[in-house]
Amino acid sequence: MRDLYDRLTMAFPLGELTEQRPDLAFVTVPREQLRSLLLHLRDQEGFTHLVLLTAVDWLEEGHFQLTYLMNNRRACRDLGVRVMLARDPASMESIHDLWPTAATYQRELREMFGIDFPGSPRVDEDFILEGWIRTPPYRRDFDTLKFSDEVFAPRPGRASSDPAEFMKQQLYPDKT
Amino acid sequence: MLYQPDRSQYPSRKPDGSLDIDLSSGKYLKLWQGPQHPGITGNMSVELTVCGDEVVEGKTHVGYLHRGFEKLMERRTFIQCFPIVCRICVPEPDFNEYCYAAAVEELAGLEVPERAHWIRTLILEMGRINSYLMYLGGQAGALGQGVIGQWTTYVRDLMLDRFEELSGARIYHMFIMPGGVRDGLPDGFDQRMEETLREIESTLADVKDVMFNNAVFKKRTVGLGYIDPAIVDQYGVTGPTARAAGIAKDVRRDQPYLVYPELDFEPVVGQDSDVFTRADVRRRDLLMSVDLIRQILARMPRSGAVMAPLPNVLHWKIPFGETYIRGECSRGEYGYYLVTDGSGYPRRVNVRGPSYTHAMALLERLIVNCNISDVAALMVSLHTYPPEIER
Repeated sequence: MRDLYDRLTMAFPLGELTEQRPDLAFVTVPREQLRSLLLHLRDQEGFTHLVLLTAVDWLEEGHFQLTYLMNNRRACRDLGVRVMLARDPASMESIHDLWPTAATYQRELREMFGIDFPGSPRVDEDFILEGWIRTPPYRRDFDTLKFSDEVFAPRPGRASSDPAEFMKQQLYPDKT
Repeated sequence: MLYQPDRSQYPSRKPDGSLDIDLSSGKYLKLWQGPQHPGITGNMSVELTVCGDEVVEGKTHVGYLHRGFEKLMERRTFIQCFPIVCRICVPEPDFNEYCYAAAVEELAGLEVPERAHWIRTLILEMGRINSYLMYLGGQAGALGQGVIGQWTTYVRDLMLDRFEELSGARIYHMFIMPGGVRDGLPDGFDQRMEETLREIESTLADVKDVMFNNAVFKKRTVGLGYIDPAIVDQYGVTGPTARAAGIAKDVRRDQPYLVYPELDFEPVVGQDSDVFTRADVRRRDLLMSVDLIRQILARMPRSGAVMAPLPNVLHWKIPFGETYIRGECSRGEYGYYLVTDGSGYPRRVNVRGPSYTHAMALLERLIVNCNISDVAALMVSLHTYPPEIER
């Protein structure tokens, strides 16, 4: 993987390479360079398969990490391309024209993390949640307990009784 | 206007690229196939716009089964996540267990005993057989052949018996856990498994005669839902759907895991890339799994540890890191992207299910110009399980 990294650093200002396994590595790239890097990986290096696109919320540091995981099947290796984004407002360039399937990932990220991808098809349509107007739920600052307390009324507990007493009353109602 | 056999320019598009569909013209009709519909794969729905009996637009809608697994896991310790993950996919839950366990083991630096690798491989192949059997019943049922589903459900039940004696559970096995597997094989398991495998082979021979040699099935599926090999990578197509297009994508061979490097097999490939070929590739893949199980049982070690020593799981902290683990499930590439931050909880877990790409972008593309009576067969042929879309 180091050979690939050396080739890429000649053309792109990449961060340090994190080699997780011999066939998997991660690298950080400035957001302005992402598109050209992905194009280069796809057209020149054989990373034709976009495995996934997802986000990690680093709330304490105040940014999102977008991970574009690329796979080169012939070389049997994966490269995770990381991009760091400011949390508010979070916005990123769409890559749906490179991989049509990216539009689905971007639509989900828009809904779950509030990261906008202007121009991505149907990006503002509801994906999983309907009519959600609160904090995007997969952000770390979304408080699930608070949401639950506000939205759902607590259900009163069921009436319970001692099984022995209950059966006694059922079987021998006259003796109680 | 007379019907034009060339449908490539239909429906027409506006200059901005959007479809030129005027719902007020009376030519079009909106129809929902799902979420309660016999011709739908699980809890999802497709919003169809039809002109006559031809689909001009289809939009996939999911969200009927969203349980927020990825968020749930961020608030659970690593061992608490283990019984959660299998619930992401009902018909083939074991890949969730394996991918999650392997990701945790890699980031925590755990060495899994070799015997556990063999048992894991066995379980994954058993799960693949279950999933394919369910698929074959669904694919035939979508075209009116109800009896195939009854046959495959019977033999699937036999395989569930094997799962039950192995793990104590029929559906959610919770057997592959971080560090290894819960136990070894029970006494007499090999013989009972062999009987089950023979029963499956016998049933599949009948399925081949009745389903694949059936004139109606052939007539309706040959040429339906063609996937151009050129769009396989663009649309993230993996698994039997890609292999039916002539692209021998199989994680078991491309990036081998567990004990697959020691097993003798070749990915099953088709050429015609239509619904018939996809069904046939899966049938042959199922037979290959039967063979793989025989190889595993003949060669696996019979003694030795099945679990690595774990730290105190109540206070288990995993150092900062990120990884991606993939496996070849019955629908394609299944993977877990796990990020840890040094705490006792996962920072982020992302599940990459093959249905995510197949049921959304790919289905919406293939469904255009499809006859409405073929929508169910086309959808089933992509073998999608909605829970892994919405996690």
